[in-house]
Amino acid sequence: MRNAWIICWKELGSYFVSPVAYLLLTMFGLIFGFFFWNALGIFVIEGMEMQMRGQMFPMNLNEQIIRPLLQNVSVIGLFFIPMITMRLFAEEKRTGTIELLATSPIGDLEIIVGKWLAAVVLYSGLLLFTALNFVFLFKYGNPDWKPLAVGYLGLVLQAGALLAIGTFISTLTKNQIIAGAATFGVCLLLWVLEWVGGYESATWARVLSYMSVITHFESFGRGVLDSKDAIFYLTVIFLGLFFTARSMESLRWRS
Amino acid sequence: MITAKQLTKRYPRTVAVDEISFEVAKGQIVGFLGPNGAGKTTTMRMLTCFLPPSAGTASVAGFDVLEHPFEVKKRIGYLPEAPPIYPEMETAEYLKFVGKLKGLSGADLKKRVDYVCDRCAVGEVKNKLLGKLSKGYRQRVGLAQAIIHNPDVLILDEPTAALDPKQINETRDLIKSLAGDHTIILSTHILPEVEQTCEQVIIINKGKLVATDSVRNLQARARGAESVLVEIAGRSGSLEVPIVQHKLEQVSGVSRVLCKQQVDSRALFEVESQKGRLVRGDLARAVVESGWDLNELRPAAMSLEEIFLQLTGNESGETENAATKESQR
Repeated sequence: MRNAWIICWKELGSYFVSPVAYLLLTMFGLIFGFFFWNALGIFVIEGMEMQMRGQMFPMNLNEQIIRPLLQNVSVIGLFFIPMITMRLFAEEKRTGTIELLATSPIGDLEIIVGKWLAAVVLYSGLLLFTALNFVFLFKYGNPDWKPLAVGYLGLVLQAGALLAIGTFISTLTKNQIIAGAATFGVCLLLWVLEWVGGYESATWARVLSYMSVITHFESFGRGVLDSKDAIFYLTVIFLGLFFTARSMESLRWRS
Repeated sequence: MITAKQLTKRYPRTVAVDEISFEVAKGQIVGFLGPNGAGKTTTMRMLTCFLPPSAGTASVAGFDVLEHPFEVKKRIGYLPEAPPIYPEMETAEYLKFVGKLKGLSGADLKKRVDYVCDRCAVGEVKNKLLGKLSKGYRQRVGLAQAIIHNPDVLILDEPTAALDPKQINETRDLIKSLAGDHTIILSTHILPEVEQTCEQVIIINKGKLVATDSVRNLQARARGAESVLVEIAGRSGSLEVPIVQHKLEQVSGVSRVLCKQQVDSRALFEVESQKGRLVRGDLARAVVESGWDLNELRPAAMSLEEIFLQLTGNESGETENAATKESQR
């Protein structure tokens, strides 16, 4: 596994030497900051209205701010994931550096895991950026930290699954734009698949909506660690990396 | 050190490499020669375990490329046609990364990085971004990464392509200086390069092996025997070719005389001699004693280029034969 770390470090270096990482961090931070600001605004107005009406319903930071925001992050993530994974293999294939990796005494799996890990680390960095906002909730309010932690775990797992799919797609082409666009399309499809469940209850519809990555996040968003959903994400990660390995192997036999 | 047996690579539509067999002994520099698209790169990629062969086997340092790819990869340094560099990395950082990939670590790694920087003269660009380097430097960094783990075998794919003449010379000298420690295969379609750097040549064309021999033997083989070109002029303004030919044939050691060309009273003869006999002095004396002028006398060494054309394409060989036949008539 030492080799996977070497690859992972190299990939992280590439992200942070180029403007890619900083651009993603800035955009993600800005977008999330806007969401947070709005959610907080609504929360404050609601609180004031309730006081004026004299009703005293219990207000909950976890339910009214953290949960919807985490749901939002899981959707915003879909748009950022293609930008993280599109270059992983496509660039190496275009510049020919893949020959260096493939003729070095390291396994394909180590290369793949290393690259995927770097993507996951970068995405976790983005999430860490969003966590800065929640610090204020803890300073001025009293939310429960456990559901928040579970929510973040869910976000990382979900991203891991989509990043694995993106890594796979990146091995299929030399063109980063194609890899990015295809990954984006797949991410979007995996998000909207759940809509089928809204009007159709046949088995095929249930299977389709089960495959939607967003539905599996709901339990995490509520702060519930549901093994069924965790296993779903882990399975997708495994399959994504497995197909990446197969794709790399076929690359050798074809090219 | 390197053995290929009936090495073959087939694609759905074409056969890129067709049953190539050769052997390379330890410490040799071998030129892998062929026109563009002959299958040089494909063969090299099979030797480096980048591509699996469709049929046949290859082994490096006794390890089969299919059965023990890890052992082979550990012993091979490979420079693909485009140096495999990451433009966003600095030279030293990149060499360190490659060293780690090849299994080096700690003090050993640091020592090797310093050593290859020194050896390939990239020390002064150690802290520069690879993307900003000139082509010559990139090529040298490429060579440096190939030798970082001190491999037994170096495989270099067109190491001098796209360099300017000065850089070409520097790169060639560098490769020659590496020869002592490593067995080197380098591919090229530039012939003088092979003549200057290599001891052994493997010529392939359209995926097939055409010849494999030492440079000197190849030249000798294509030439058959030693031959000299003699241009003779008659003094009185006329020259009887058959008489001259007869006279030249009588010089001891001469096996064959051909008249290649005749313009007015001047004629060019190709004189072949038996192997190992120096006939130039006797020839000159015979010509002068017979009252003719000796305009020119030079050895007709066949350049590798001619051999190459003769072996890879029949066209030029045939036209040459036709010309000789015509002049004989």
